[in-house]
Amino acid sequence: MIPELGNFALMVALAVALVQGMLPIVGAARGNEAWMGLARPAARAVFVLVLLAAGCLVASFVRDDFSVLYVATNSTRALPLRYKVAAFWGGHEGSMLLWLLILSFWMFAVSVFSRHLPQSMVARILGVMGLIAVGFLLFILLTSNPFDRLIPAAEDGRDLNPLLQDPGMVAHPPMLYMGYVGFSVAFAFAIAALLGGNLDATWARWSRPWTTVAWSFLTLGICLGSAWAYWTLGWGGWWFWDPVENASFMPWLAGTALMHSLAVTEKRGGFKVWTVLLAIFAFSLSLLGTFLVRSGVLTSVHAFANDPRRGVFILLFLSLVIGGSLALYAWRAPKVGLGERFELISRETMLLTNNVLFLAAAGAVLLGTLYPLFLDSLGLDKLSVGPPYFNFVFPLLMAPALFLMGIGPLARWKQANLPEIAVRLKWAFGVSLVTALLLPLALGHWSWLAAAGLWLALWIYAATAVNLWSRLRPLAGTGLLARFRSLPLGYLGMLTAHVGVATFIVGVTLVKTYEAEKDVQMDIGDTVTVGPYTLQFGGVSNGSRENYLFSKGAFQVTRNGQIVETMYAEKRQFVSQAEPSTVAAIDLVRDLYISLGEAAGSNTSAWIVRVYYKPFVHWVWGGCLVMALGGVLALSDRRYRLTRRAGQEALDGTLAGTVPA
Amino acid sequence: MRYLRYLIPLGAFLVLTGFLFRGLWMDPHQVPSPLIDKPAPQFRLTQVADPAKSLSRDQMLGQVWLLNVWASWCVSCREEHPVLVEFAKSGIVPIYGLDYKDTRDEALKWLDRLGNPYQASLFDADGRVGIDYGVYGVPETYVIDKSGTIRYKQIGPITPEILNEKIVPLVKKLNA
Amino acid sequence: MLSRLLGALLLLALLTAGAREAAPLGEDPALEHRMMVLAEELRCLVCQNQTLADSHADLAADLRQEILELMKKGQSDEQIKRYLVARYGDFVLYRPPLKAATWLLWFGPGVLLVGGLAALYLVLLRRRRLAAAEPLSAEQEQRALELLSGDEGQLS
Repeated sequence: MIPELGNFALMVALAVALVQGMLPIVGAARGNEAWMGLARPAARAVFVLVLLAAGCLVASFVRDDFSVLYVATNSTRALPLRYKVAAFWGGHEGSMLLWLLILSFWMFAVSVFSRHLPQSMVARILGVMGLIAVGFLLFILLTSNPFDRLIPAAEDGRDLNPLLQDPGMVAHPPMLYMGYVGFSVAFAFAIAALLGGNLDATWARWSRPWTTVAWSFLTLGICLGSAWAYWTLGWGGWWFWDPVENASFMPWLAGTALMHSLAVTEKRGGFKVWTVLLAIFAFSLSLLGTFLVRSGVLTSVHAFANDPRRGVFILLFLSLVIGGSLALYAWRAPKVGLGERFELISRETMLLTNNVLFLAAAGAVLLGTLYPLFLDSLGLDKLSVGPPYFNFVFPLLMAPALFLMGIGPLARWKQANLPEIAVRLKWAFGVSLVTALLLPLALGHWSWLAAAGLWLALWIYAATAVNLWSRLRPLAGTGLLARFRSLPLGYLGMLTAHVGVATFIVGVTLVKTYEAEKDVQMDIGDTVTVGPYTLQFGGVSNGSRENYLFSKGAFQVTRNGQIVETMYAEKRQFVSQAEPSTVAAIDLVRDLYISLGEAAGSNTSAWIVRVYYKPFVHWVWGGCLVMALGGVLALSDRRYRLTRRAGQEALDGTLAGTVPA
Repeated sequence: MRYLRYLIPLGAFLVLTGFLFRGLWMDPHQVPSPLIDKPAPQFRLTQVADPAKSLSRDQMLGQVWLLNVWASWCVSCREEHPVLVEFAKSGIVPIYGLDYKDTRDEALKWLDRLGNPYQASLFDADGRVGIDYGVYGVPETYVIDKSGTIRYKQIGPITPEILNEKIVPLVKKLNA
Repeated sequence: MLSRLLGALLLLALLTAGAREAAPLGEDPALEHRMMVLAEELRCLVCQNQTLADSHADLAADLRQEILELMKKGQSDEQIKRYLVARYGDFVLYRPPLKAATWLLWFGPGVLLVGGLAALYLVLLRRRRLAAAEPLSAEQEQRALELLSGDEGQLS
């Protein structure tokens, strides 16, 4: 009954989404108020219906309804409740429903937070999002329905993949999808602007918070994914340039470029057409990522099971959406006029250089990810492109962007004074350079890479401090805190995000240069020293939990003879799986990582253990969190909280000044 | 003419779509052999049935033959085995087996149960010869010509279609 | 609760047992390390995108052993890579070799960067030329004067 209800809800949602996708857009073109007015209620209805369907699926999991094929393949009676809920997105069909749920949530959010937008614009935005929803609904109903029945019903399910039975599974996919599905809003804004012909600074101001919030979620989602891989895979890695990881990273890179480009368009009305194209790129990369992960076209540890039929459907959908929007762009864009003038050396130029660099980086990642496919389809060769390629190319492309990050915020709009900036930054430059040259010696051994990475990070910290200080100083009278609080949140958000980037760079640089690993066989009482810590093995205890058996190893950590703590690493054997899985013992503060291998033999109590010392690794994720925080600060800026009246004034001003041509 | 550059993103995207479409029907995981048209690597291995007897690659020169990599623990090999047994009866080309990372007992029992299409089966206990031949998944089959050059590699189980369309015509050509 | 009890017992055991340095795996840790560093750049052929170093697959273990043996015989990293490529093709390398088929891959990002910066520069120059060529119309000039003399106006 419940699965049928869910299925039915999806079908009704399809009907409503069709209305939402078609009538308001036509209505906006013809000035038909009634049709335009359908957009908001339709969007809300779709959200409620999809939410209902999602609820039905979760209910099926919680009730152990193994007559539903998807539940039978991804769950088991003994699975803990929180993973039964997370199993919703554990397989292809459910994750598509999650995509749709989050898309309809964003539609709902737009329908609520758009009172200040002209009706024709809202109609177009929700119309575009409705059309995208139609595509996903069709895909789910026709090829990937999570409510398909299994007849006769199974006695018990096949269990969720043990690698997914982890808190990371609960948090990472929803955050990630909130991010990259969230770019659909910026995309819809861009298409609406192209359709309506009103591309101006106000459009950019409206788009910006939606873009920033999606970007923040995506940053958080990628960060969680990386951290989860670190603690669950057992070999201390946190980024592998795997095709699925790249599929989420490319939209992030394009999204970062988009945010910076929107800054130019909002403040100076410049490069509107370019910003629109970027918005299309960012969401296109999201859709492309969705395709790559599910079509079987690339090999990945994260990929869902492949089916060329599904691949064809997604590719067709992709072609329609992306091809259609790029065609619309080619048609409408040439008619949009230029924005305000600016000199060759100005903040505008630096932000655009940021765009070029980030897009080149996204292009390089795309190139590397698709190159094997490209060569194979031409019958030329079969090769692999992996971390050695990406770890070489990507930092080279990003380094100039990191350097610019120090200068850009100090540059003036329209015309920047380079000599003046150089004077203001000369100490920052010098101090960061000298510190970066000396620090590696203090940390262990000298390394060019470490010095380079440290210099860029310290440069950003120093330049940001100079920027902040020069903003705070002229503010008269009151105490430091009050002056600080008077700074616009948009500005503080930018500084915070840049500090986050620098922190991330410190983490990556230092971990890669100074990490130490030891692969040893340890009997009870044996010790091993890694970094400044000594670990003593205390043996293994065995036990069982809901759906697995475990062996837990205890390690006592000492430093300089002082006992610091005891760490526990586990080896879990799930009833449903052939291979055991590892849960590493991780101390984020002390950067220790212990992974239990195998028992050394049946006649000994020794175990094979892998121990890592990974200094500053938590700066990697800490940096990402600070970046996301920066995004949240930026979008809380006062100027986005327009009152209705102020919004109306802005609207009147816009309509009067707009010439769609 | 300046409008043309606005079409560049669309054009690039259509090219990309072409490649992606093509990619839907390819297997990103299949590793083609770099040994095609190169000399078959040397080996000297004992036979599964008789540890005292051995075979080397040079002894195989002068004839066209099939080298089929198999193992008793391999599930897919069970699928292709009846096809091989049938094919061996036709006598078109001699088939030699490479028993990959197996135990003699299990291997002989398996052949007893399912039939023995091989002139002889070579015992590659540690998989070294397998590595030399670029074996990465069992079953795999090589077509080797009279001069000891590998002419074709089949990855995965042999089906009657593959026999008829690829292997038999090739063998006939090499024998001519 | 139970784990704390166990922890206490273990501590007791440790204090009484003599602490010993753990035995490194394999006879030559330096060679093992060199093998693992090389294995990080190589692909496991039977896995879904994993390095030879991290894979638990049988073939991966065999190949790691093979690499170790070759290193013991004195072969260099380059020679070992060529050995594996001769058997498995370029697929086994995670760092694609530089050859005609991979020029686009290795030079592409650089071309993208330089091309992008050049395009940016050209576009900026063009904009400057265009803007200079567009003088204000009489109407616009009038409006400009009004704005400059009167109040700022509520432009967003």
